[in-house]
Amino acid sequence: MSVQLAIRNLSKRYKTGEGVADINLEVAKGELVTLLGPSGCGKTTVLRSIGGFLEPDSGDILIEGRSVVNLPPEKRPTSMVFQSYNLWPHMSVYDNLAFGLKIRKKPKAEIREAVAGALRLVRLPGAEKKLPGQLSGGQQQRVALARSLLLQPAVLLLDEPFSALDAKLRHEMREELREIQAQTGLTMVFVTHDQEEALALSDRIVVMNHGRIEQIGEPQRIYDEPKSLYVARFIGKMNFLDGVAEGERVRVGGGEYPNPKKLSGPVAVAVRPEDVRVGEPGEGEVQGRVKQTMVLGHYAEVSIETDRGALVRSFLPKDAATRLSVGQHVGVAFAKTIAYPKPNESTGG
Amino acid sequence: MLWYFRSVGPRRIVEFLLLTVFAIFFAGPLINLAVLAFSGQWTYPDALPRQWSLKWWSFVLQKGDIAQSISLSFLIAAIVTVLSVVLCIPAAYAFARIRFPLKRLFLFSFLLTHAFPKMGLYVSIAVLFYRLGLMNTLLGVVLIHMINVLMFMTWIPTAAFRNVHAAQEESARDVGASPFRVFRSVTLPMAMPGIIAASVFTFLNSLDEAQGTFLVGIPDYKTMPIVMYSIISDFPSSAGAVFSIILTAPTLILLLAAQRLVSADVLASGFQVK
Repeated sequence: MSVQLAIRNLSKRYKTGEGVADINLEVAKGELVTLLGPSGCGKTTVLRSIGGFLEPDSGDILIEGRSVVNLPPEKRPTSMVFQSYNLWPHMSVYDNLAFGLKIRKKPKAEIREAVAGALRLVRLPGAEKKLPGQLSGGQQQRVALARSLLLQPAVLLLDEPFSALDAKLRHEMREELREIQAQTGLTMVFVTHDQEEALALSDRIVVMNHGRIEQIGEPQRIYDEPKSLYVARFIGKMNFLDGVAEGERVRVGGGEYPNPKKLSGPVAVAVRPEDVRVGEPGEGEVQGRVKQTMVLGHYAEVSIETDRGALVRSFLPKDAATRLSVGQHVGVAFAKTIAYPKPNESTGG
Repeated sequence: MLWYFRSVGPRRIVEFLLLTVFAIFFAGPLINLAVLAFSGQWTYPDALPRQWSLKWWSFVLQKGDIAQSISLSFLIAAIVTVLSVVLCIPAAYAFARIRFPLKRLFLFSFLLTHAFPKMGLYVSIAVLFYRLGLMNTLLGVVLIHMINVLMFMTWIPTAAFRNVHAAQEESARDVGASPFRVFRSVTLPMAMPGIIAASVFTFLNSLDEAQGTFLVGIPDYKTMPIVMYSIISDFPSSAGAVFSIILTAPTLILLLAAQRLVSADVLASGFQVK
C-alpha cells in the first residue's frame, strides 16, 4: 500500500511550553488513523499542522509524496471537519456544500449532482434548501462531513467531530463514518480523546502524551500489549498491582508470572478486568473479599479488596456475579499480566 | 368592583396601572404632537382643537430654507454613515481578530468622547477647526457628527465580528477560499446584522445632531434640528409640531426596517465588557 500522508520530525512549541516534538507518522492510502490522547497532548496540533492552520517550527509533511508544509490551507489537498461551528449559518445547506466547488469553478449541473450525491452518502437526501439552524447537531455534523467529502480530499481530517453529540448519536455516527470510509476509500486522520471511539473506529491508533507519540498500532494490539504504563492506564480499564520482578519471574501476591522485559525490583503489574478470575477462597494467587458488584447489562463489574488492601476489578458474566455477595471471601487469579517499571509516584495496590 | 379585584388579583391590577402610566408617558406627547400639527385653533380648556387645518403644513413646506435643510440633513447623514463604515469597519475587524498591545485601552478610548460634557468638547474642537479652516464647511460638520458615532460604529461591529467563530472562517479556508474570499463570503455576511444596526444608528444620530452643527456649521449649514430651533422660537407651536413629525418620520421608518433585519441582542452584544 502506498503512503498517502507522511509526517517527518514534526515539531511545534507554543509559548506556554506545550506542543509536539519529533512526530513521525506514515498513513497508508485508505487507512483511518486516530490520534488519541488527553487534552493538551498535542493531537490537535498535529492535525492542524496537516490542515495548514498551524505553522510547525520544523519538520515536513508530505501528501502523496509532495511537501505541503509551505502551502496555505486553501491550497492543500486536505479537508477538515471541525468539532463545532462547522457550517455557515447564513447559507443554505446547498450553498454550504457548493461553496468549495464554486471556488473551483465547476459547472453548475455538476455541482448540483455532486451535492445531492454527498447528501445521500451522509443520509440527508433532499436537505439542500434547509438552513443550518434548522438542523440538529448530528445533522449539522453530517452536512459538514458531506462538505469535506465532496472535495475528495487526499486526506480527510476530523477534529473530534462527534464529541459535541450525545452518546447514542455518537455511536451511530461512528458506524456511518466507517461505512463512508469503506465506500469512498478515503484516507482519514481522526483526533479524539475518547479511547472507546478510537478502538471502535481505527485501523491504527497513535497514542500521544505530552507532545510525543507513546505507541502506534492496531487497536487490538494497543489494547492487548500497551507499550507503557501510560498507555496501559489510558486505554480500556486496567487494574494495577504492586509486584516484584526477579530473573525470569514477576511475583504478585502468591503468584508468579513471566517477565519478558527482564525487569528487576519493584514493578507495576497491569491486569485487564476480563483477565481476573474469581474463585473459591484459597484458590488463585491473591485472597480478598467482595466489596461491590455492579451489574451493567449482560455483564457485571465486581470489585474485590485484596488482603493487602488493593482494589481489583473483574468483569464477570451476570450470573456468576450475582452468586457473589458483598463481604464474601474469594480467591483471585490472573490469566494475563503485564509488568512495567515502577514510576516514581505510587501506582496503588 | 371588589369581585373583579379578587378574581384578577392585586398583582395584575398593579401591572395594568403601571402599563397605563407608561403608555401615557410614551404615547401622550406623540399624540399631542400629532393633534397639534393638524390644529387650526386650539385654546386652553378644550380637549381637542376647535378647528382642524393643514395650514401649518403648507407653511412649513413652503418655507424655502426648510426644504433645503431636509435635503442637507439627509446628505450629511448619508456622508457620515458611509465615511464611518469605511473608517470603522476595518477597525472593528482589527479589534475583533488581531492581537495588538493595549487593545482594550484603545477600544475603551472610544468612550472618551462620551465621557465629557458635549459642549466643552465641541468648543475645544471648534478652536481647532478655526485654525484648520474647517468652520462653516461641510467637512467640519461631517467630522463633528462622526465624533459622536465612532464608539457605536466600532463597538457594535467588533462584537459582530467576534461572534463569527474562527472555525467558521477556517472551514472556508479549508474548502479552498482565499483570505479575502473568506471575509467577503463568510465573515462580512455573518457580521452584517451588527453593521446594519450600527449604520442605522449612525444615520439617525447624524440626522438628529444639533449642538455641534450649530457651533461648526452656522451660518451656511443649517440642518433640520437647527432650523427647528428657530421655528420653535419664531412661530406658533403648531409649526414646531409639523416639523417634529417630519423629523421623526425617517427615524421611525429606518427603525422599523432595521427591526426586521436585526434583533436587539445584536446591539446589546456591542456593550458587553469582556
